[in-house]
Amino acid sequence: MKVLRFILQKEFRQIFRDKTILAMMFVMPTVQLIVMPLAMNFDVKNVNISLVDHDHSTYSQKLISKIASSGYFRIISSDFSFKEALMHIEKEEADLVVEIPSGFERNLVRDGAQKLAVSVDAINGSKASIGGSYLNTVISDFNAGIDINIRNINKTPSGVIDISFRNWFNPMAEYKYYIVPGILVLLLTMIGGFMTALNIVREKEVGTIEQINVTPIKKWEFILGKLIPFWVIGMTVFSIGLVVCFVVYRIVPEGSIALIYLIASVYLIALLGFGLLISTYSDNQVQAMFVAFFFMMIFMLMSGLFTSIDSMPTWARIISNLTPVTHFIKVVRMIVLKGSGFEEVKTELCYILAFAFVLNGWAIWNYRKTN
Amino acid sequence: MEEKAIICKELTKQFGDFYAVNKISFEVSKGEIFGFLGANGAGKTTAMRILCGLSYPSSGTASVAGFDVYRQQESIKKNIGYMSQKFSLYENLTVLENIEFFGGVYGVSRKEIKERSNDLLETLGLQKESRKMVGELPLGWKQKLAFSVAIFHRPKIVFLDEPTGGVDPVTRRQFWDMIYEAAASGITVFVTTHYMDEAEYCNRISVMVDGRVEALDTPANLKHQFSADTIDEVFYQLARGAKRSAD
Repeated sequence: MKVLRFILQKEFRQIFRDKTILAMMFVMPTVQLIVMPLAMNFDVKNVNISLVDHDHSTYSQKLISKIASSGYFRIISSDFSFKEALMHIEKEEADLVVEIPSGFERNLVRDGAQKLAVSVDAINGSKASIGGSYLNTVISDFNAGIDINIRNINKTPSGVIDISFRNWFNPMAEYKYYIVPGILVLLLTMIGGFMTALNIVREKEVGTIEQINVTPIKKWEFILGKLIPFWVIGMTVFSIGLVVCFVVYRIVPEGSIALIYLIASVYLIALLGFGLLISTYSDNQVQAMFVAFFFMMIFMLMSGLFTSIDSMPTWARIISNLTPVTHFIKVVRMIVLKGSGFEEVKTELCYILAFAFVLNGWAIWNYRKTN
Repeated sequence: MEEKAIICKELTKQFGDFYAVNKISFEVSKGEIFGFLGANGAGKTTAMRILCGLSYPSSGTASVAGFDVYRQQESIKKNIGYMSQKFSLYENLTVLENIEFFGGVYGVSRKEIKERSNDLLETLGLQKESRKMVGELPLGWKQKLAFSVAIFHRPKIVFLDEPTGGVDPVTRRQFWDMIYEAAASGITVFVTTHYMDEAEYCNRISVMVDGRVEALDTPANLKHQFSADTIDEVFYQLARGAKRSAD
């Protein structure tokens, strides 16, 4: 234990001497949490529309004002021909073109039917499909309004299913509630994965590790000596992150803070073990960086940070479940948004614990004082 | 002085079909300054790493301070000091912090560390620099400090791998004074060097060529044996036969 204290003293001295690391500890959570949720906003708003109205009737005006007042669309131009309107899409000014044919009102009233052309720029797939479906909703709503006006009053109205819709746990379906806890996870992951790996590999590069290996320091003393300081840093960054969440987004975890900390600390141990493992396999910082980066990319994209795991193909879901990040993100969202308790997150906690054991065990096994 | 500090018998380290160290045998007595000479790539560092418990031998036997190099590396490590070719103190720690850390991991108590480091700084004349980062010191001082740190916990044997590389002649002289002092206090010194004048300071020297020990005796006897005036000449005669190119 005495030896461990000397090692910890040395590690903390080195870390706190590095002012860049200290600054990053505060800058990273703040900036990432403030900037990234804005950039990663997948809410579709401001769909730009070019209108071509060949009818110029009361009905077409009504439709246009309905579209304009829905709040999701911005009418950027009214053109005389479809060709002109399409130019706006080509110049990437418009996302949608709505063409109202001549005789729109007449056909609606007389025949009770009329076709409408909507053209969508599908380069940005999600914006196109979501924007398109918004527009569909607006138009069918308009359609329903017309029905009442034109049908015979003595006709019995057909049965209507009225759907009332409610978003649970995130009532406004705002993207930030989904992404902010995710970014908190990202922060811990980066710190855990990169910092230990680079730190140990640097000792390898400089050659000081050899001096350590020739001392009677025990393996567990060395590894704990590396894990504890970064664990402390990680938890500090996490706490700062939680404060930023509250100050900037007013997100207060619904569930217990203690539970979040419990799981975060286990998760951090798992990730530190991951960094450690990388360091035992790499000889220099460039190697460690590359390997860590490779896995980080997989972690980010497969973990359900940005996308839903349930919509992945089976093989991808298997990979996803094999990354510790997946489980942590899930738990953090459950606790922060739903207010889940220990019982609900037990399974995920077991997963994370297993990762912590396997990764650290593997790292300790692979760290050799004598080759 | 009958007891041996290091005993090596047919010690071999093989990498694939390359014999970095090929059946070397020698003994080092307690309190002796043992010079370990050889051209670059002759296998000196590999042999030394085995004796320090950093590397497993492929075959042969060796014991250091009475402990076996196959099974008791951690016991060996308690009893030796090591100064590697690469400078290996922490450059971003101060002189005192380095002493404290390395003293501490060898189990020297805090009180002892304090007393000994005061003495040490005084003999090195580093009192004013004690709170300076080690990285800011000139090379000669760094090397002297590294040596002092290597023997700070009073090991039985200290291994020095080219300790005076790149150091000016005056500092080298001072360095050897420190080695003599350590030897006088009972520490066995195992040192590799490229400077043949330094070889003359050793009690006994061995010359390694292509992984083998080709000669082993006192400097005077070796000169006599090879009818040479200096160790330099002895070394040339032996090293000329080397097949491995220097790395």
